[in-house]
Amino acid sequence: MLKQTEGSHAVAEAVALCRPEVICAYPISPQTHIVEALGEMVKGGDLARCEFINVESEFAAMSVAIGASAAGARTYTATASQGLLFMAEAVYNAAGLGLPIVMTDANRAIGAPINIWNDHSDALSMRDSGWIQLFAETNQEALDLHIIAFRLAEELSLPVMVCMDGFILTHAYERVDMPAQAQVDRYLPAYEPRQVLDPRDPVSIGAMVGPEAFSEVRYLAHAKQLQALDRIPVLAAEFAAIFGRESGGLVHPYRTEDAETIVVAMGSVMGTIKDVVDEMRAGGAAIGALGICSYRPAPLAAIRAAVEGAKRVVVVEKSLAVGLGGILATDVRMAMSGLHLHGYTVIAGLGGRPILKSSLHRLFERAGRDDLEHVTFLDLNWDVVNRVLDRERAVRRSGSIAENVLRDVGVTSTPGV
Amino acid sequence: MEPQIIKFYQTGSFAVGNRLLDDSQRSVQADMRRSNSLNSGHRACQGCGEALGARYAIDAAMQATKNQLIAVNATGCLEVFSTPYPETSWQLPWIHSLFGNAAAVATGVAAAMRVKGREEVRVIAQGGDGGTTDIGFGCLSGMFERNDDVLYICYDNEGYMNTGVQRSSATPPAARTSTTATLGADPGNVFGQGKFVPAIAMAHEIPYVATASVAYLRDLEAKVHRAMSLRGARYLHIFVPCPLGWGAASEDTIRLARLVVETGLFPLFEAEHGEVTGRYHIRNRVPVEEYLKLQKRYAHLFGKRPAVDTIGRIQAMADRNIRRYGLLGEEA
Repeated sequence: MLKQTEGSHAVAEAVALCRPEVICAYPISPQTHIVEALGEMVKGGDLARCEFINVESEFAAMSVAIGASAAGARTYTATASQGLLFMAEAVYNAAGLGLPIVMTDANRAIGAPINIWNDHSDALSMRDSGWIQLFAETNQEALDLHIIAFRLAEELSLPVMVCMDGFILTHAYERVDMPAQAQVDRYLPAYEPRQVLDPRDPVSIGAMVGPEAFSEVRYLAHAKQLQALDRIPVLAAEFAAIFGRESGGLVHPYRTEDAETIVVAMGSVMGTIKDVVDEMRAGGAAIGALGICSYRPAPLAAIRAAVEGAKRVVVVEKSLAVGLGGILATDVRMAMSGLHLHGYTVIAGLGGRPILKSSLHRLFERAGRDDLEHVTFLDLNWDVVNRVLDRERAVRRSGSIAENVLRDVGVTSTPGV
Repeated sequence: MEPQIIKFYQTGSFAVGNRLLDDSQRSVQADMRRSNSLNSGHRACQGCGEALGARYAIDAAMQATKNQLIAVNATGCLEVFSTPYPETSWQLPWIHSLFGNAAAVATGVAAAMRVKGREEVRVIAQGGDGGTTDIGFGCLSGMFERNDDVLYICYDNEGYMNTGVQRSSATPPAARTSTTATLGADPGNVFGQGKFVPAIAMAHEIPYVATASVAYLRDLEAKVHRAMSLRGARYLHIFVPCPLGWGAASEDTIRLARLVVETGLFPLFEAEHGEVTGRYHIRNRVPVEEYLKLQKRYAHLFGKRPAVDTIGRIQAMADRNIRRYGLLGEEA
């Protein structure tokens, strides 16, 4: 059914259609609207047979999810940013225990300085946790990915994180096609765990494992992610057959045929990038784009297949490996191993900085002339940066960088130095 | 031969020999059908108070729930010595997740049982004092506040024994640990404000809070039974001596667990909805020195120049407990 709704509400409705049994909620922007809507559905009786638990921290949210999932309940929670970091220990634990929890990450920057706006630093910080991480381009894909996520999680006994851009998607009102309950039921069978906490068949879960078997356990975690590489396209095809639209999958190539320049990105910025690609194609440029839907497992072969005919790859990412450059770009470079083409990393949209079409135009044109640094920070205000750097060269003094920047741009009244 | 008169002066207490009692009054451990939930073969030290406490507590909870029980364990000695991969001593469904989240994981298990309509299956969470009073405290308080249907059991051996005897917020003043050396002007642990979690649990006004000691095992079993007869958040804080961490003889575990009660240092009581409903009355009050001097962690208080002031301050703590909880009964 077509409807005009907020991204968060669309996700909440999709999660409800998946018949979750335990939902844990702890508030953090910009994820709050999702659990608020689910809480309302449970309290109002629209979502029956579901426990909605308001917990005291994100660490508790993931911990409650671990207990519920280990006891055989289909379990969901949502978080973002600092919340994801606060639950980090339990995030790893859920994956290590092989629990098919589904969690939304409403992607948001990580402080300090505290910043509530969108980038991908939070999700990417958990890239080695063992979770499958899927990135949505649109609200439609965000809601669809949740349905796919439960199926994938329960098939592989692995947790799945659905990443959607905070505010840009979570708070945007868009038209979405909301599936019918019968469709979801056809796609997603009941959760039947292989091993569960049950007095009828006592098991010990979470025992200590020493050097004699730890590497094997870790390898199996890796092997499961490799299995997911095979299953994700299959589940996307099944999804298309039942729901009548394409969603999910490993990567989304866009006009990559004969492209000399391929732009790689994740999430909602793909919309802007596709517009720019269309405009530049109209002007005769051989440019295309590749959206990464499955960040973990990393679809190295699919990326390689998409870019191997190009002359250059420009990775536009909303994350920064401080002291290195790109995070996504590093993965893409791995996929390009042995290929002779230029690779550029563009750090963009950190902490909610808008990624403008005009900026991307200039960027891609420079890339087309191979006139880009290996690592470029899009639309960086060099005046602000250089002022801080110049001062620090002159005066040897440590202190909060953010405070100094704010003083320079004149938004704090603290007496200057 | 003249008939011999035997005085069972303990009659009426929990200490009376099982063979004199009716079957229904015998201890859980005396019952051949006990579940042996924490089975033999685990790797606890000789004289481990925690292993003893866990065995009695879980078997009692199993009996009370007709074996419909799931246990959640915090990281710590109990977890490590009971489940060295690929072995397990647990004869009931058991999960270990992390150090600081046992209460929250238990909340999740309880929620799953509720949503699946299996309310006969009950949940306990358990951890040491570090996993309870320090790193797991947030999750514990959250579970209390929501009144989730979980019995949380803290096995208090007054320190981080699993990692090598470091101080926790349950470590008593003056005690030596590997992070409170017996050096400087105030050797051993500081005299802080204390953090008596049973009192904090009572402040949450949860249905049931109790303290127990492994010297009073029938009392412990009875408290577990009482706890399992109630729904909602419940808390049981069991005093469990640690021979290794305290520098005490293995055979003194029960003696220490009794002396800590008889001195008044550890009050035994029950509380429901924030109000004390029962207390153990000290039978033979003893000065704290008798408890302290059996443990090397207090050795610096004795010797050639006993630390009279410090011992006096510890005695004052015992006296305050006796006053506060009315531990001397009617004669007080």
